[in-house]
Amino acid sequence: MAIALALVLVVIGSILFHLFSPWWWTPIASNWRYIDDTIIVTFWITGAVFAAVVLFMAYCVFRFRHHPGRRAAYEPENKKLETWLTVITTIGVAALLAPGLFVWNQFITVPEDATDVEVVGQQWQWSFRLPGADRRLGKSDIRAISADNPLGLVTDDPAGTDDIVIQGGELHLPLDKPVKVLLRSTDVVHDFFVPEFRAKMDLVPGQISYFWLVPTRTGTFEILCAELCGIGHALMRGSVVVENEADHQAWLQEQSRLKLARLPAAQE
Amino acid sequence: MSSIILFLVVIGTIGAWWLSKQRLMAKPWLEEGIHGGFPGLESSPVPASKIGLGIFLAVVGALFALLISAYSMRMQMSDWRPVPNQTMLWPVTGLLVMSGAALEWAKVAARTRDLEALKAALVAAGLFALAFLAGQLLVLRRLTEVGLVLTNNPANSFFFLIIGLHGLHILGGLVALGRTIYKTHRTRDPDRLRLSVSLCATYWHFLLAVWLVLFALLTGWAEDFVAICRQLLT
Amino acid sequence: MVDVPLDTFGGLPPPEVPDVDLYHPKSWVTKYVFSQDAKVIAIQYSATAMSIGLLALVLSWLMRLQLGFPSIFSFIDATAYYQFVTMHGMMMVVYVLTALFLGGFGNYLIPLMVGARDMVFPYANMLSYWLYLLAVVILLASFFVPGGPTGAGWTLYPPQAILSGTPGRDWGIMLMLISLIIFIIGFTMGGLNYVVTVLQARARGMTLMRMPLTVWGIFTASFMALLAFPALLVGAVMMLFDRLLGTSFFMPSLVEMGEHLSYGGGSPILFQHLFWFFGHPEVYIVALPAFGIVSDLISVHARKNIFGYRMMVWAILAIGALSFVVWAHHMYVSGMNPYFGFFFATSTLIIAVPTAIKIYNWVLTLWRGNIRLTLPMLFALAFIVTFINGGLTGLFLGNVVVDVPLSDTMFVVAHFHMVMGVAPVLAIFGAIYHWYPKVTGRMLDETLGRIHFWITFLGAYLIFFPMHYLGLMGVPRRYHEMGEMAFVPQSAQTLNAFITVMALIVGTAQMVFFFNVVWSYFKGKPAGHNPWEAASLEWQTPETPPPHGNWGRELPVVYRWAYDYSVPGAASDFVPQNQPVASRPASDEDR
Repeated sequence: MAIALALVLVVIGSILFHLFSPWWWTPIASNWRYIDDTIIVTFWITGAVFAAVVLFMAYCVFRFRHHPGRRAAYEPENKKLETWLTVITTIGVAALLAPGLFVWNQFITVPEDATDVEVVGQQWQWSFRLPGADRRLGKSDIRAISADNPLGLVTDDPAGTDDIVIQGGELHLPLDKPVKVLLRSTDVVHDFFVPEFRAKMDLVPGQISYFWLVPTRTGTFEILCAELCGIGHALMRGSVVVENEADHQAWLQEQSRLKLARLPAAQE
Repeated sequence: MSSIILFLVVIGTIGAWWLSKQRLMAKPWLEEGIHGGFPGLESSPVPASKIGLGIFLAVVGALFALLISAYSMRMQMSDWRPVPNQTMLWPVTGLLVMSGAALEWAKVAARTRDLEALKAALVAAGLFALAFLAGQLLVLRRLTEVGLVLTNNPANSFFFLIIGLHGLHILGGLVALGRTIYKTHRTRDPDRLRLSVSLCATYWHFLLAVWLVLFALLTGWAEDFVAICRQLLT
Repeated sequence: MVDVPLDTFGGLPPPEVPDVDLYHPKSWVTKYVFSQDAKVIAIQYSATAMSIGLLALVLSWLMRLQLGFPSIFSFIDATAYYQFVTMHGMMMVVYVLTALFLGGFGNYLIPLMVGARDMVFPYANMLSYWLYLLAVVILLASFFVPGGPTGAGWTLYPPQAILSGTPGRDWGIMLMLISLIIFIIGFTMGGLNYVVTVLQARARGMTLMRMPLTVWGIFTASFMALLAFPALLVGAVMMLFDRLLGTSFFMPSLVEMGEHLSYGGGSPILFQHLFWFFGHPEVYIVALPAFGIVSDLISVHARKNIFGYRMMVWAILAIGALSFVVWAHHMYVSGMNPYFGFFFATSTLIIAVPTAIKIYNWVLTLWRGNIRLTLPMLFALAFIVTFINGGLTGLFLGNVVVDVPLSDTMFVVAHFHMVMGVAPVLAIFGAIYHWYPKVTGRMLDETLGRIHFWITFLGAYLIFFPMHYLGLMGVPRRYHEMGEMAFVPQSAQTLNAFITVMALIVGTAQMVFFFNVVWSYFKGKPAGHNPWEAASLEWQTPETPPPHGNWGRELPVVYRWAYDYSVPGAASDFVPQNQPVASRPASDEDR
């Protein structure tokens, strides 16, 4: 009998925990509110199924427990019931899948006006590269990496001459502007993960992966690595600052000025 | 991953065909009965070792289908430089064909209860297979001599790996063949060897078929063939 | 060597066999050590797997101590933590669950349940165990080599698995790959046995549709494993080449710590495809036997036939087939072609339908049953709860866009522990409480069993249910400590500490179980032949525990399916499969 009670308690406890525990996702800071909505829908549907099935089980265990002299009913199958359950399940699954695929389509369709931003991972730090005035990033080649060219930029690519490289600093993004984040790695697989943005993607050596987002809230957010990349994995942190357009322009100017200041020294 | 999926579709079709004969739609609770009431539904009369070999070949097939998948995924990248054509592979392939033919001869000999011919045929099959392996080694050595070593590009690595794994399977088969040859010296009754000989022959033919596919792949014909098919379809 | 090969039967086994056919072992060594008896091999497999399981449990304690109370245990640094994570994962998935379900339960139950004397290739079966043991020894050896075991995570993703930023790069990773290769070769020998025995050595009258679902589950899982393990084999061989010979199958041009490495041109994603092509079917290789076992436990202890037997068989086959085309749902954020996401999300969610049907049918078997709340029944019920929970969170992770924020977080850890950690382990416990009387002739102690059950079920739920919410907050997996994370409230550390305490309690409860298994072997209540009054064939052996050859002189003849419980008009509430038809007075119209 205890088991019937335990099953009921498991359901009630799980629901109460879900509703009242202080642990929930961090407020969103990007356009991927749809993802959150899909998660909420999924929680509702799956929660209802979980509660229904487990409570039904608890009832059965209580109601049909063993009594001496009683016999179980004999029912090998019930085609109608099984067909109905299959149909309802299929509908439920479709209800989960359809919004999921719809949002995925948005997730992989990058808007035309998105600005390219490059994120480079290496054991165990983040580097970034933003396009200069020409709004284009120059080519990169892993074989070009050296002590004074840590990201392996191709030096004779004119598109790359005004690129802004940030090593070990903060990435700044403008508010409400779509950004296409291009990801590459110089050594092992990493994963660019900002919990507030909801989106994440692996950085794979030898190829360039991408995702896009629109930052919708100013502030400083933490970048984590979400793919095991060696012993420094948990310490591979960075930060991204979302700021309004004016601040962002000022920051870009400052970065270009710093770059120019460094240039003569490098050419000597 | 299309070749492994294709392979699994073939396996799945065979499985589905077999299952379709097992009356999966039957309602077992209505069918009380005794032995003999279910012709074709009980354990099949084929020897277990034959079925076992068949399933083992499916496993080996999956292994090579996966290798082919990996090979073709890699091949699509821009920096792919295939291994130059090795004309020596032609006569080497002939050796494996001869080895299989010798086993067919052995099957006939076992059926006609000709023990001496059986011994000779089995030994011939073994020797041809050994010659095949030696030929493969020679091809690899030649490649190494012209500087195409294992590590210098992915196509080479695959070439060595695929030939090596196929050779290992031949070696495994040679162990079974060796046991069969050993048994021919212990028995006077070729009937008792018929099963072993036919299992060896099946395994050999399968490895020959695998080799032909790999050969086509390594020389690049498979690529041309797929391209032609694609053109025909579009 | 086999004295008389079974395949000389040429088809249906004859009803009687002369003594010589039973190829009885002649010495203590051939009887208990190099035994070819499937039942002895089963016990060898189970004992080895459970010992490894115990070690993996201790590793999980160490990890939990570090996570719950960071920087108290100075010997668990990042290196050690990653080594523990990797070894715990690989041991549990491959060396414990796969080996226990297929090598342990498969060996013991298949011949008994289908009415065979033994596996069809006993010698290969024996080799299979010894290769497994060799693989285990090599795996354990990696704890004692310079640099220790690999810390690449059980997924062993290159390039990091073979670069120097990862622990165990020198020896650990090589031993891991060699151990896996040997395991796969050994498993193939065993797997051929399980499959061919079901195909070939069934007793007279045992049609496929009369087999218990346990056999269906193990049979399908074995077949899947035979086709899926080659993918891991290919991946392991290629990575071993990369590590040892300097090839570049998975290694693109790299700069490691400022140094250009000589690799170039390889593809890390290729490994991920190969790995998950094995890795996803692997989930069902563990789940399908558990499905089958739970179906049988519920049916026997609810005194009712399993509801919708045909649907259950079809669902097993459908899940088995579909599980080969869903692998890339582990790779939604891996940087593969994003358009694959549409296909794999759809195929993944389709697989939820046959799985849900199985759950409904278990629950509907309880409906209007005569439920005996024995220990196997309790574990079966607990399995259903944890499996539903884990299955439903699978709908989150399979649905491509929902996976994006949740992948690689503690949500994933909680999900797969619930669905392929806790649930199958509960099924294993239920199965052990159920079949122990057949294996030893004695019952396991009831009181100890109940203590074990309650702590394990509720404790495990309390460990893994709250863990989902850590992942929802965004705490990544495989962090040896959370450290400072701006978006995580301080209270999350309290939750982590709570989970650790629960893990210690649940782990300790397993000692009660091991004690029970040993103690009951000597002091347990004698069980008799058929303590649960079960209808399936393994309970009808003339002797308990069954001797070598299982059936004495005469093989059983099967007259009905395995689920004739509470048949209207029958004298008792179960009719054994081998009971001749004539003795049953009921007419066919009743049914």
